[in-house]
Amino acid sequence: MTDTTTASFAPRHAYLALWLPRIEAVVIPLAALISGLLVFSLFLLALGKSPVEFYSLIYKAGFSSGFSWKNTLSRVAPLLFAALCVALPARLGLVVIGGEGAIVLGGLAAGITGAMLIGAPAGIAMLMMVLMSALVGALWIGGVGWMRVKRGVNETIASLLMAYIGIALLNHFVEGPFRDPASLNKPSTAQLPDALRVGDMPIGIEVHWGFGAGVVACILCWFILDKTTIGFAARITGQNIRAAQVQALPVGRLIIGFTAAGGALAALAGFFEVSAIHGAANGSLIAGYGYTGILISFLARHNPLAIIPVAILLAGFEASSGLIQRRMDLPDATILVLQGIVFVILLLSETLYGRLAIFRPSYWRV
Amino acid sequence: MSDPADIGLWGVPLAMLGGAIRVSTPFLFVSLGECLTERSGRMNLGLEGTLIFGAMAGYAAAYHSGSAWFGVLAAGFAGMWFGLFHGWVCRFKGVNDIAMGIALMLLGMGLAFFFGKPYIQPVAPDLPAISLGWWSDIPQVEAALRVNVLFIIGAVLALAMAWMFRATRIGLKVRVVGDSTAAARAIGFNPDLVRLWSTAAGGALAGVGGAYLSLYYPGSWNEGISSGQGLMAIALVIFARWNPINCFWAALLFGGAGALGPALQSVGVSSGYYLFFAAPYILTLILLIATSSPDRALKGAPSELSITK
Repeated sequence: MTDTTTASFAPRHAYLALWLPRIEAVVIPLAALISGLLVFSLFLLALGKSPVEFYSLIYKAGFSSGFSWKNTLSRVAPLLFAALCVALPARLGLVVIGGEGAIVLGGLAAGITGAMLIGAPAGIAMLMMVLMSALVGALWIGGVGWMRVKRGVNETIASLLMAYIGIALLNHFVEGPFRDPASLNKPSTAQLPDALRVGDMPIGIEVHWGFGAGVVACILCWFILDKTTIGFAARITGQNIRAAQVQALPVGRLIIGFTAAGGALAALAGFFEVSAIHGAANGSLIAGYGYTGILISFLARHNPLAIIPVAILLAGFEASSGLIQRRMDLPDATILVLQGIVFVILLLSETLYGRLAIFRPSYWRV
Repeated sequence: MSDPADIGLWGVPLAMLGGAIRVSTPFLFVSLGECLTERSGRMNLGLEGTLIFGAMAGYAAAYHSGSAWFGVLAAGFAGMWFGLFHGWVCRFKGVNDIAMGIALMLLGMGLAFFFGKPYIQPVAPDLPAISLGWWSDIPQVEAALRVNVLFIIGAVLALAMAWMFRATRIGLKVRVVGDSTAAARAIGFNPDLVRLWSTAAGGALAGVGGAYLSLYYPGSWNEGISSGQGLMAIALVIFARWNPINCFWAALLFGGAGALGPALQSVGVSSGYYLFFAAPYILTLILLIATSSPDRALKGAPSELSITK
């Protein structure tokens, strides 16, 4: 090879080497998602149900009209926050799956704080609700990181155990010390006054501010992970913890900080659920958003920007659950089965990375 | 059964002993299954989902066949398929066993809820219990010592598995594969095959544990039947240092913790019910903190296991 050919080839090669892995990281999860939907179609066919009807109902209930978009987008907020609680620790190579606990306790903290500050200036009370909620979430999931750093406790198991403990605490407090005597059928904390309720965004569609906050949180997380030295340090730690230690990166503080940040964000999902939707903390907070968030983060390859469209897609699936149950006589767990199948196939697709010749720069050399 | 004799607060430890035996059986089966899987060098977090699916499958099979034992077999068979799937897909490069376990946990729960909907109402036959408390005339003692056959099978299985690891060729194979893939290959063992069947057997045991839940205690099928028992059993294996005999004692301990809430309720303590209900989770967490170590590999851990690397 002469010097001139190398020189003319080099920019193209660098361009391919930069973009092919990025295209690979979009194409493979997308193909996995589509394969998952196809496998689920086979599942429906085996049961004598029509996949065409199923997916058209999802489109109809989730994405076809202003009303269905409102239905979908109003479910996106908790999913965005829950997915971030998985994505941030994942950058460090940690698999935290207990976001549900932080959501539930964040909601509880918001509900209790709001109930105690009824009568205080609304701005201050609202701020305190957000802060208390985020603080509780940060302590909860940050505690998981702390146990990992100080005692080597497996974060996956610990976080899920703590989710069960969090749910028990919610039940204890809303049925015991902080129960509003007026809540007869569904034990709840005191109903929040209108001043402490988060309203809708002025975008012509009834979606509460949680959606905007979630999107901003995703963009912020992306910026921190991709554009700052902290994010860079986190990525090195995630790829090779020994190398990070050799480089004297503060691995322990990174782990505790990232898990705490993830927990604070997940707790905000609880805050918005309480302040924008339910008006009080109660058992409705246990809605499984934390578990859907795991799938979303994995589908997005733990990239905060990719979390936004994936969360909207899955929110549309969940929004159509009711219509599917009524029209197709399928149980409410149908969406769970769909999510499970997609998750399994997505993880299977991990084996394709680096194996497909089409994503290698050498394939495109003529 | 006659009226409960007035034995006051003695009822709490007695109810806890009985409860420990009753509640521990699913912990025992899942932890023995996970112990076998982890000894071969893989971790299957999906056993929580397998437990729930086994509970549903066992209940449905017992309902349709009229035989509780057929239900147990069906649950074990269903669990085996979950294990086979996990064992098979985790051999591919880049497929993470922990993440796949989470996915199978969610899928197992989804499938169990999906197919289990029609079985929430009907009543299936129960598994029989053996009364070991015939010598006592105090009804609470008798109640505490009514032991299910599956508990006894589980106890025997723990002994058998300990013997298998120590003294048999199969046990040696599993241990070698779990400690070094390279060494296993060098002496002609097929690590993928050993892991496949260890995971399949682990899944089958978890399925049987699920059948116990739906066919004996609490003895009906509903969507909240497990709530993390499979997961606690997996944590319990770490605490038991991958030793089947220790798994038995740890399962009893966890069973006792799980029985604390109902035991206190039975003597009239009802405040803080949910907190006592959380006792097993808290106990698990405390034991994990106490027995893990930040800087050295855990004693007794298979060295191919990803969480100990």
